[in-house]
Amino acid sequence: MTMQALLRRHGVVLGLAVLVLVLPLVLPSNFYFRIATLTFIFALAVLGLNLVMGYAGQVSLGHGGFFGIGAYAVAVGPTHFGIPVWAALPLGALLAGLLAFLIGRPILKLKGHYLAVATLGMGILIAMVFTNEAQFTGGPDGMSVPRLVLFGWSARGPVTWYWISGVSLVGAAWLAMNLIDSPTGRAFRAIHDSEPASGVLGVNVARYKLIAFVLSAVFAAVAGAYLALYDGGVTPRTAEFLRSIEFVTMAVLGGLGSVIGSVVGAAFLTILPQVLTVFHDYEHVVLGLLIILFMMFLRDGIVPTLARLIFRRRP
Amino acid sequence: MAQFLQYAFSGLTVGAVYALVALGFTLIYNASGVINFAQGEFVMLGGMVTVFAAAAGVPLPLAALLAIAVAVLVGIALHLFAIEPAKGASAVTLIIITIGASILLRGLASIVFDKRFHALPAFIPGEAWRVGGASILPQSALVLGGAAAVVVLLWVFMSRTLVGKAMIATAANRMAARLVGINTVWIICASFAVSAAIGAIGGILVTPITLTNYDVGTLLALKGFSAAMLGGMGNPLGAIVGGLVVGLLEAFGAGYISSAYKDAIAFLVILLVLFVMPNGLFGRAGVERV
Repeated sequence: MTMQALLRRHGVVLGLAVLVLVLPLVLPSNFYFRIATLTFIFALAVLGLNLVMGYAGQVSLGHGGFFGIGAYAVAVGPTHFGIPVWAALPLGALLAGLLAFLIGRPILKLKGHYLAVATLGMGILIAMVFTNEAQFTGGPDGMSVPRLVLFGWSARGPVTWYWISGVSLVGAAWLAMNLIDSPTGRAFRAIHDSEPASGVLGVNVARYKLIAFVLSAVFAAVAGAYLALYDGGVTPRTAEFLRSIEFVTMAVLGGLGSVIGSVVGAAFLTILPQVLTVFHDYEHVVLGLLIILFMMFLRDGIVPTLARLIFRRRP
Repeated sequence: MAQFLQYAFSGLTVGAVYALVALGFTLIYNASGVINFAQGEFVMLGGMVTVFAAAAGVPLPLAALLAIAVAVLVGIALHLFAIEPAKGASAVTLIIITIGASILLRGLASIVFDKRFHALPAFIPGEAWRVGGASILPQSALVLGGAAAVVVLLWVFMSRTLVGKAMIATAANRMAARLVGINTVWIICASFAVSAAIGAIGGILVTPITLTNYDVGTLLALKGFSAAMLGGMGNPLGAIVGGLVVGLLEAFGAGYISSAYKDAIAFLVILLVLFVMPNGLFGRAGVERV
């Protein structure tokens, strides 16, 4: 591995770690901690989605469903099956991964917009189960989620969850950066560039697409569980299809194929609506306008486009 | 049997609107390669502008025409100010731009109009007709007839006029179309305009039955997109069949199986069809160049 690649990989993770460590020094109140925590949680899901979309080049409009599975696992597991919360979280991630594995085999044969509509349908089917199986999920009103208790210590409040989600995000970024530079990551990128060509070169296309899909489902489920535990409740809105669209928008806005881009995209769409509340009724007008303008002028996403601009200036 | 007919009528009515939305998707996709997620907003504009113009005292037919004109202007603006400047960007970037446009349009509609639900009086007043034991509202017949008229008009426009033929040429091969002297930018703009008009007509026709508000576009875009993909993206016949099938599946699913899972049944069938026919019902398998 070249020095440059080493620096790139560790630089990104290190930068993120420093950000997570330093940010609490400047965040003035719990409100800001909450926004930072939400950013980290969504970034976790978007990071996973970016593995599928940005690296392996497969669209998914259904990740809200996996997010929902994680969220409902920590709600339904403890309430109805007596599973402790700390065990329900990984169980939910496992369940999402298993579902992605089973459904990914037939779905990932589809290409482009057909894959988009199939994943969209999958996400909606999952969300519909949450809405309709009211005896387990509380129906449209949702249900409350017990606190995460580890060794007698109960995780609650924005500051605690800031650290849990922040550390998890750094860990996930480290995992993603390592994966991207591994043979598996190279296979992802080969598939992105051309499926037939990578197939001819001996890459097992179906298998690697499935790996990326399952991994991203697990990321999304963990993020969903965090959100449910942090909020102390979950409703079908957690998993609705607008959530999937939001994840895709975050990934593309921040930059496909960029780990930092995932965080920036998540931050953009988490912070902006808070800032835009000053516009009152015009909130959505400004949000839509900003999305259009950013995509028009930074068409490869915020981070990749800016990175290119900066590095081009240096001879 | 009466029950079956009743479900079929309601399925076809809703399906006709989905078919119009899917047709709008197909037109823009063929001309420009863009999946326009703001397509549902054209339907919303058709309904909302008619409602508010009629409430302001404009006669209904004029209000409907006004609504179509507004939707067409919005469609042209969408192309000129959002899609055309981003020419050459990747497909997914363009999709996010149309998602931004749909958020923007919904936001504008909630300000210019309001956030409440609105209805229109039926265009053909009168009792429901009895057909084979089932009843069908005259307005439902109008939706079906209107959709059929739009399809026929579109077919005539595409196959008989110079602009229509230029659209087909642009869809087939943009570079070749430009080489024979077609102004493809103008043609793509025209396809946005036609697509917006089709959506608005759907919105006007269906508002007396289903009501409308600033937010109806999202779900319609979702259904229309799914219908277009079920039929096979880029195939107008596929879009119409896809729309009707999704509408029928919803109606029969809600009637015979479970109304809570009616959307689930439609999507389940779409998934199964795509597993067997990965390019939709009428789509042709593409060849990927390496």
